[in-house]
Amino acid sequence: MKTMVMRLASFKDQDSRRLHVAPSTATGPSAGAYENVFELKGTSVFYGDFRAVREIDLEIAEKRITAFIGPSGCGKTTVLRCLNRMNDLVESARIEGSIRYRGIDLYDRAVDAVEVRRRIGMVFQRPNPFPKSIFDNIAFGPKIGGFKGNMSDLVEESLTKAALWDEVKDRLSESAMGLSGGQQQRLCIARCIAVHPDVILMDEPCSALDPIATGRIEDLMAELKEEYTIIIVTHNMQQAARVSDMTAFFTTEVLEDQDRRAGILVEHAPTEQIFTTPSDQRTEHYVTGRFG
Amino acid sequence: MATTPSDLVRLQLKGSKRLTWRTWGFELILLLTLLISLAALVTLLADVFQKGIPVFQERGDGFLRDPLSSLASRAGVYQGIVGSLLLLLFVAVIAGPIGIGAAIYLEEYAPDTRFTRFINVNIRNLAGVPSVVYGLLGLALFVRLLAGATGGRSVMSAGLTLGILVLPIVIITSAEALRAVPNSIREAGYGVGATKWEVIRSHVLPSAAPGILTGSVLSLSRALGETAPLILVGAVTGFLATGQQSFVETLQGRFTALPMIIFNWARQPSADFRESTAAAIIVLLFIILTANAASIILRNRYERKW
Repeated sequence: MKTMVMRLASFKDQDSRRLHVAPSTATGPSAGAYENVFELKGTSVFYGDFRAVREIDLEIAEKRITAFIGPSGCGKTTVLRCLNRMNDLVESARIEGSIRYRGIDLYDRAVDAVEVRRRIGMVFQRPNPFPKSIFDNIAFGPKIGGFKGNMSDLVEESLTKAALWDEVKDRLSESAMGLSGGQQQRLCIARCIAVHPDVILMDEPCSALDPIATGRIEDLMAELKEEYTIIIVTHNMQQAARVSDMTAFFTTEVLEDQDRRAGILVEHAPTEQIFTTPSDQRTEHYVTGRFG
Repeated sequence: MATTPSDLVRLQLKGSKRLTWRTWGFELILLLTLLISLAALVTLLADVFQKGIPVFQERGDGFLRDPLSSLASRAGVYQGIVGSLLLLLFVAVIAGPIGIGAAIYLEEYAPDTRFTRFINVNIRNLAGVPSVVYGLLGLALFVRLLAGATGGRSVMSAGLTLGILVLPIVIITSAEALRAVPNSIREAGYGVGATKWEVIRSHVLPSAAPGILTGSVLSLSRALGETAPLILVGAVTGFLATGQQSFVETLQGRFTALPMIIFNWARQPSADFRESTAAAIIVLLFIILTANAASIILRNRYERKW
């Protein structure tokens, strides 16, 4: 607990430094100095008739790391997968309410889910490299995106940003399946940033990795937030405390009008506040380990 | 007598006779079933090779190059080999693209509705329909109704019939290969902004290719060995003239195939044809085994791990 508090203390320095960054062309309501990338208003997600997530109101700020925490089944992954319309792939899934991305309704009929995913990349729970060479893994996204520049440079740049270049530069043509789990996950991050997305969504990116590999991914995230808005779902509260600027706490609740549990958003605040002085008792119980 | 703790443990770990016997007896039964299947296969092969090999020793590759004849000593399987290979080509061209395409639609595009499931079940049922029934379909549809295009009792009619016969098998095996591709690969593709077609073409199909290939070659082998439909669509069993013909004329012309020749020779009352029959079986087995071996080699070469 002590180390966590010490780590939390560093948030303030970062904030004061970041505040000097002027907000870029703000169009919508902004939270302090940061422009909102996502705005969820009364967002519910359904699987068939079952409402998995109930009426979420949430704003996610640019170039910061937002962590989604909460017990299993609270809908944090579901919400995350709605942010780049990955949930479209689940046939029975649909949403109510609105999700706005930089002022645009993501679920508007004129919005193409493929274009959404090109701008809002995703890193998955289990490393899922394509069963191809390391080079081809990175090059696929840019190639289908119509990239015309020098592919080798782009691959090197992406792998360097993902802190993987030195480990793989001599075996770019070898299969990505030969990498270790941690390397594969960094490759997936490199693949994601190769298309120069605006946002990176991470769905428990470290849950299949050992502590050392986890540490490397966390360091990487801290570097990436200079350029990207990152949203990470995690089961690991220490991880949320270590890496994130903002934390959203979700939980499940049995509703009066329904028998089944549905996920709700309890509290969304600066990470430091969530872990030290949460305003909701359920948050306090969760972060102090009384349930979940 | 004092029992030390380790004596007690030794007693517990000793295992009962019942346990030993069951394990042992079950293994014996399983071994027996394996031996029975092997014995049947070995008997068959031994019989065929014992009778067939002398034909090759006597006539060399003459047996492969000679046309049909009413004299066992001069009868060869040349026309059968040509006919079977032509049929194979036809089946591959018909059943391959159509079957794989249908499988891709069913697995990747079709919404999971009751209707889709109904179609899936029925394709499985079609794969179980006896080949004679397909032969009747071929007779009615290709030989009679579409005689103008197929030339009636022709290679084309038989090829189309066999193509339809193996279509369900190609669809089922291809669909299974596609289903075995982990969803995480599809998600990875969508995650970097790929369209559905890009995900299928660049990732799903290459990953499923070894399975699709194996299934397709196995269904070709099945087509190669079918006899009943060929009888119905009118493969020639006796005299067959093959002069100078264009490819289309060959396709629309009369034909025979290896299984037909085997069927016909086996019916001959004279004992001379028994050896020829066995030799023809060896030729057919050789072609089928070659095709299967090729599919295994290709699969091993392109197999991917994830």
